[in-house]
Amino acid sequence: MRRNSLSLAALGAILAIILLALAAPLVAPYDPDAPQAADALQTPSWRHWLGTDIYGRDQLSRIVWAARVDLLVALAATAMALTTGCVVGALAGYRGGLVDQVVMRVVDTIMAFPAFILAMGITAAAGNATANVVVAIAITHVPIYARLIRSEMLRVREMEYAEAARTVGNRQRRIIFYHLLPNCFPPVIVQATLAMGFAILTVAALSFIGLGIQPPQSEWGAMTAEGAGYIVSGEWWLFLFPGLAIMVTVLAFNLVGDTLRDLLDPRMRGVA
Amino acid sequence: MTPLLEVRGLRVEFDTDEGTVGAVDAIDLTVRRGEILGLVGESGSGKSVTALAVFRLIRPPGRIAGGSICFDGRELLALPEEEMRRIRGAQIAMVFQSPRTALNPVLPVGRQIARLYRLHQGCTAAEARRRTLEMLGLVGIPEPERRAGQYAHQLSGGMCQRVMIAMALATSPRLLLADEPTTGLDVSIAAQILDLLRDLGRRTGASIVLITHDLGVVAGLCDRVAVMHAGQLVECADVRTLFREPAHPYTRALVRSIPRVDREVAMEPVPGVVPSLLEAPPGCRYADRCPDVLDVCRTVRPALSAMAPGHEVACYATEAARVAAPRG
Repeated sequence: MRRNSLSLAALGAILAIILLALAAPLVAPYDPDAPQAADALQTPSWRHWLGTDIYGRDQLSRIVWAARVDLLVALAATAMALTTGCVVGALAGYRGGLVDQVVMRVVDTIMAFPAFILAMGITAAAGNATANVVVAIAITHVPIYARLIRSEMLRVREMEYAEAARTVGNRQRRIIFYHLLPNCFPPVIVQATLAMGFAILTVAALSFIGLGIQPPQSEWGAMTAEGAGYIVSGEWWLFLFPGLAIMVTVLAFNLVGDTLRDLLDPRMRGVA
Repeated sequence: MTPLLEVRGLRVEFDTDEGTVGAVDAIDLTVRRGEILGLVGESGSGKSVTALAVFRLIRPPGRIAGGSICFDGRELLALPEEEMRRIRGAQIAMVFQSPRTALNPVLPVGRQIARLYRLHQGCTAAEARRRTLEMLGLVGIPEPERRAGQYAHQLSGGMCQRVMIAMALATSPRLLLADEPTTGLDVSIAAQILDLLRDLGRRTGASIVLITHDLGVVAGLCDRVAVMHAGQLVECADVRTLFREPAHPYTRALVRSIPRVDREVAMEPVPGVVPSLLEAPPGCRYADRCPDVLDVCRTVRPALSAMAPGHEVACYATEAARVAAPRG
């Protein structure tokens, strides 16, 4: 029960963050990019709830606007990785043989690099336009889905309904993507939720080291990096709040992902 | 008239790490037009594999190693895959053992049937739906409109099997392969399903191959029976002959193993176990279980030969006995 209320809270947090991001122009009290020299480096107050930065930009407004970028990039990357992973994983799992060998060796190669180093390499090489950040994260996430779908497909393709779909004369493409792929989805939904959190973390991390989203666009990782420079001089709100935004969002996705996994896995039902 | 299906010397092998398993060992099987043929044998005797071979759907590590499958005058083993695909479901259909797992859990049952009309007859969505509802009504499903939108897990086992039969017969196939269609059902439902199969078979003129290990079902439904043992076809006869004068020692043992309540005869299980098919020795695979075994049985495989018109047996001992004491 305690577990459930926690994950409900997490789900609520995700929905709230999404809502805030969507409604950014309405809820953000100030223009996130407009400098106000007179208001520079204000501590949190009733006028600026989360304080201001060196240019006098309102932190709360910047964090709310940044949610758009972080969520959108993570979502686009997850969608891209999911689609690609599903197609190659399903083909590899169903066809087996050479297709399987080739796909899985490519996947192994990608996985041989630490995901973050790979994403760094790709953005550094391709230039750090937002689209490249999306692609870089997507590439590092493809193996997760490809392997998962492949293993599910290995199970599902031996089911009687797969045999039935073959005996009625369906084309192979239709059998794989219409009849069998949807049966592979439950664990993938869990994985995608967990991976969303990880993708947000990667966007923020890339931006933190200056390879991700570029200024003046506000982004949580970049803001944290900027704020880090002020720790010693006492402007704690500059790194604390963007950092909290990242932590809360990632934590929420992980909690919801974990709960989904337990819900979809009958063996775990009633255990946790 | 040529038979609808003529299988000659069909061999199906599975490659395993330990060696080759001859799951189907050169069987000959004929299905006449409009008849119901029972294909019986113990588990693992190659019945289901034979059915899948007719669809040319043996998947690796299995393969069709030889023989010929002639359907309606066409050699299926020589057809290009695309033409074979058009035959599957349209001309040859299959009813599976466990209807609940043979229906796709994520698609409404109606859509799975409607799909066939679109695939094989080029129907529009509306036409396919109309025919689907008609077909569901025909197999005795009440409230077809409501049931069509439901999923397999929302239907009872008997209902699922009716859906499966509706699916198999949707495109009026000429040959229906029913693989133990009543195994998972309780007795009264099983009887209804078998009646339904027979009625629909008669109505559409389709031939039915009923794969089963239940000789009771065979006696009640089939015109002819083919008996398989360990991948070999040992006897083939019309149903009356087979039960009255089973000729092959294995068939005799099978018939004796039917429990009887009307006579004071003890039920005798078939002695021995199904032999391993891994690198099986030449000769008759029943030899090790057979009470009448001869030396030749272990070295040369007996061929099917006619004992009487329409009664074929593959057994040296039976052959020898017949020659020694001819009956009229």
